[in-house]
Amino acid sequence: MSEVLKIDSLVKRYDDLSVLEKIDLTVKKGEVIVIVGPSGCGKSTLLRCINGLESIQDGKVVVDDEVVNPVQKKASKSREKIGMVFQSYDLFPHKNLLQNITLAPIKVQKRKKEEVKEEAIELLKRVGLENRTDSYPRQLSGGQKQRAAIVRALIMHPEILLLDEITAALDPEMVREVLDVVLNLAKEGHTMVIVTHEMAFAKAVADRVIFMDGGKIVEEGSPEEFFENPRTERLKRFLETFTY
Amino acid sequence: MDFNVIREYLPIYWEAFFLTIKIGWIGILISFGIGIPASFSMFFKIPVISQIVKAYVELFRNTPLLVQLFFIYFGLPKLGITISAQTCGALGLGLLGGAYMAEAFRSGLEAVPKTQSEAAFALNMSKGQLFRLIILPQALSSSVPAVVANVIFLLKETSVFSAISLMDLMFTAKDLIGLYYNTTECLTMLVLFYVIMLLPVSVLGNIVEKKARFSMFGE
Repeated sequence: MSEVLKIDSLVKRYDDLSVLEKIDLTVKKGEVIVIVGPSGCGKSTLLRCINGLESIQDGKVVVDDEVVNPVQKKASKSREKIGMVFQSYDLFPHKNLLQNITLAPIKVQKRKKEEVKEEAIELLKRVGLENRTDSYPRQLSGGQKQRAAIVRALIMHPEILLLDEITAALDPEMVREVLDVVLNLAKEGHTMVIVTHEMAFAKAVADRVIFMDGGKIVEEGSPEEFFENPRTERLKRFLETFTY
Repeated sequence: MDFNVIREYLPIYWEAFFLTIKIGWIGILISFGIGIPASFSMFFKIPVISQIVKAYVELFRNTPLLVQLFFIYFGLPKLGITISAQTCGALGLGLLGGAYMAEAFRSGLEAVPKTQSEAAFALNMSKGQLFRLIILPQALSSSVPAVVANVIFLLKETSVFSAISLMDLMFTAKDLIGLYYNTTECLTMLVLFYVIMLLPVSVLGNIVEKKARFSMFGE
């Protein structure tokens, strides 16, 4: 399988504070990577470095053989290959659902309106929102907003999808509907890097689980060995916090 | 109250009313023309220009309109530039309003959450697209209340025009009182004419505010 994402000894610092220390990570096409770890371990920052939302101090991020970070400070074709979904949905409040989804394909990718609209409705059907095309974000529940945000990222046809704690702001009841969508995407072969605190979901969706602490990758492995036989003391302690 | 007096003065008041409205709205238009680009320069922190704009904003927000008008009306002729009282009024109001409008639009621009830019960036939008399609529409609707308040404030500030002999409502009322001593009638009419001038703006402003709020944040 070909590599979609290659992170090469990435270093991220805020002045003297080291956030990420020499991170190496390779993601193959169709692979689903789940990153877990305590708050402040740098997992969200890593995602933000992958699509150039954060500058990096050393190393590089390559997507599909093109360097994405260090950032070239402007829109580029290679950045389009990375889709991202945020914890706080961040839909555009002044646009209705359909406009939220079709805006970038039409304006950024210059695709035909009709074609984009058709695809948007097709995708919305798959997440059960086809009846809400005229609704504004404020009229939608958190779960609906997050499903819409996933569609907004998908319609750009990214090579890789980054999900940054996408259920962290949701009511427990809505977590399920969003995670089901992600599980389906995984089955369809979408390449994803997922940061989450939902351990059961991580187990179900991941091909590989990564545990980060203190800005480093401490342990990684298949979901089975990761959750059943953690090798490091630090991961054991982390996993224990999820059992009462 | 002598209604004959009121009837007699009515045409004079109407004339002053329309003059006040004319100069007031020209001044407000100028204030938009200055305020919008000024707010952009502050938002984008354009070097030199944004510092000049900040100095301008502070200077005009911290001095009374009357002083500004005196400066323009009596100062410019000393530099060899003579302008009419009407031009001076509109220009002074526009300069004062520009400072207030710049702040109103700047706060609107800055109120758009940073995460909106990040979401747009993640969709590979260019900086221009981000500003035009995402930030500006949201900034405009959140600055509506401040802009409406500024418009009403500026229309009321026109009462200062009388000091540079512009025949506005205030000047007319003072003039008539000075000539005929019909103080009660003249002042009552003055109040009523200001209400006629401002009430529609207030009502319209409320409607626009509601619309803008609805489009952004819901009911």
